[in-house]
Amino acid sequence: MRLKTTLFGHTYAFKDVKEVLAKANEEKSGDILAGVAAESTVERIAAKTVLADMTLEDLRNNPVVPYEDDDITRVDQDSVDEEVFGRIKAMTVGEFREFLLSASEKEIAAIRPALTSEIVAAVAKLMSNMDLVYAAKKMHVEATCNTTIGKPGTLSSRLQPNHATDDVAGIMASVMEGISYGVGDAVIGLNPAVDAIDSVADILKEFKEFMYKWDIPTQNCVLAHVTTQMKVLERNLAPMDLMFQSLAGSEVASRAFGINVALMDEAYAIMKERKSSVGPNFMYFETGQGSELSADGNHGADQLVMEARCYAFAKRYNPFLVNTVVGFIGPEYLYDGRQMIRAGLEDHFMGKLTGIPMGCDVCYTNHMRADQNDLENLAMMLTMADCNYIMGIPAGDDVMLMYQTTSYHDAAALRRLSGKHTIAPFEKRMKELGIFDEQGNLSTIAGDPSVFISREQEIHLRSAV
Amino acid sequence: MKEEFVPDVSLPEVKDKVLIDNPKSLELVKRLKKATNARLGVGRAGDRFKTETLLKFRADHAIAQDAVWTEIDESLVDEMGFYKVQTMVNNKEEYVRRPDLGRIFSEESTEAIKRDCIHQPDVQIIVADGLSGFAINANLKDMYAIMMDGFREKKYKVGTPIFVRYSRVATMDRISEALGAKVTIQLIGERPGLATGESMSVYMAYESSPKKPESQRTVVSNIYSNGIPPIEAGAQVVHLTEILMREKKSGVELKI
Repeated sequence: MRLKTTLFGHTYAFKDVKEVLAKANEEKSGDILAGVAAESTVERIAAKTVLADMTLEDLRNNPVVPYEDDDITRVDQDSVDEEVFGRIKAMTVGEFREFLLSASEKEIAAIRPALTSEIVAAVAKLMSNMDLVYAAKKMHVEATCNTTIGKPGTLSSRLQPNHATDDVAGIMASVMEGISYGVGDAVIGLNPAVDAIDSVADILKEFKEFMYKWDIPTQNCVLAHVTTQMKVLERNLAPMDLMFQSLAGSEVASRAFGINVALMDEAYAIMKERKSSVGPNFMYFETGQGSELSADGNHGADQLVMEARCYAFAKRYNPFLVNTVVGFIGPEYLYDGRQMIRAGLEDHFMGKLTGIPMGCDVCYTNHMRADQNDLENLAMMLTMADCNYIMGIPAGDDVMLMYQTTSYHDAAALRRLSGKHTIAPFEKRMKELGIFDEQGNLSTIAGDPSVFISREQEIHLRSAV
Repeated sequence: MKEEFVPDVSLPEVKDKVLIDNPKSLELVKRLKKATNARLGVGRAGDRFKTETLLKFRADHAIAQDAVWTEIDESLVDEMGFYKVQTMVNNKEEYVRRPDLGRIFSEESTEAIKRDCIHQPDVQIIVADGLSGFAINANLKDMYAIMMDGFREKKYKVGTPIFVRYSRVATMDRISEALGAKVTIQLIGERPGLATGESMSVYMAYESSPKKPESQRTVVSNIYSNGIPPIEAGAQVVHLTEILMREKKSGVELKI
């Protein structure tokens, strides 16, 4: 393995794979905060050059957190298909980039079982933004819960009806409006303000009742801590189609999230037994660059490679949904719109390459140097990259988590811009309800939550007048 | 001649308007809007926002961004007699970029806390500016009164109230460790949402320590006039304090 190069008459020597990986990263404030970023733009390119020369075997043999110390490294390394790995291990990262850009979808799918997180992150570091879109577009990952997500030609959305105090009537108001925009074919999924067993169960039931009443083919989920959801299942309190958890890329960082591999194995087992959904994919994970450093669990590695490790962790549980919450963490990790856009494209690409059904929460916070225009740019790029799903929230404003993500309007506009559709049974139902026209676009009545007025409500309102 | 103004899109009532063309039931849409402060009933121009919705959104984002960069007005914490310390951060820009420095104190500051504040309290209250000083000034007074009433009634030994400038959540671990507190309660300004910088969170931990993971903390968030009102939040914190004192644990270890 060669760790040195010269550029413009200067010598650049790196001490190990971890340093090369970190310095080859595109500029991120989080890598600067961690003290691992390249010190100059030329050093960054030198690191990319050295990285391009490494073999996939070099990367496999040098995980950024040692095998003995970390349960996620063990999950990742132990899942490698040795026979497939044997066929590609001599390839350099530079050659691997060219392979991904020129190979067919089938050829890429065939080598996926041989990849570790370090390989996935390494090749992302050599890709330009358009490379990331171009390669990701060839990687479709489908998954089935009640419905099937990720088919070519679809763009799904999560209906995110968050409310400041988890008031059920307020949550359902946002659900009604969201469905009236054709949002929610991925999941109706709430981030609860209060992580309590009873209210989580109540909201799950409410979602399910709405799905039954209006015959909406989708999934329900409340994104509480996994231990809370386990309690709901243990006590049989509510139907649960999808189980959620936020993931981090190392054992130490996972501890800050109150999880580890053993606990997630346990959660998966109980969900498999008690879930209310029908398909083989019933887990939902969220991730995001920077959370490992935030939890002092980055082990001196850069945030991109740590993010890739989350996907190896996620893959163990055959998830239905995985998305990076790309701009949520704040400016100390992704400083501005430029870094947020880059990270969103990287995460989506890496997720798909890992083999998980990747979506993206395209978002920003108010303490970041980013605005609505940056968000819309990334959303359009990811639609072009065949991202599985995005979020949908009333006018882009999350009144509970206090950040901005894609709106109900954005989901509809992106479908129309790209000619994509929601998941087929969902689209069929939207047409029956008159919300979509024959082409699957919004009809004249779309965007009106009162189309979901019930007979009782109608009578009640009339008598109130 | 009378001056003419373009209507002010920053007014909260602009959000109350129903902009949907010909809704099936205007009455129901109005009711749905009342149940949440999410931006419902905005209608559409094609698949996009109407102009008023877009302009209001941009205005609300603009004020939130400005709120992040405004220094906290310390007259309230002064008036309430808080003991004041500062983290290793020197200014707002550094605060935003260097969370590591916002979690720690210099040796001198730590010594000063040890020298000047009550040791071994049952309850240690900390106020931190976080990402919005507006949030502290909007909620502190109401919430503090309720908390103190509750703690007096329980006969808890309450520590010296401390205000930390340029603070991240983790300063509570350092202070708790320095003073040997049982329950530490930190009130901190959240990252602002649109149109408001007034949302505050409370982090609580039993024997809060830098050696424990973040999951040691029990959290109450969204404290502001349209979320959990500060008086209600104060009562909730008193109740949680009792539980933490009784169970001698906090965070994910505590299933409530």
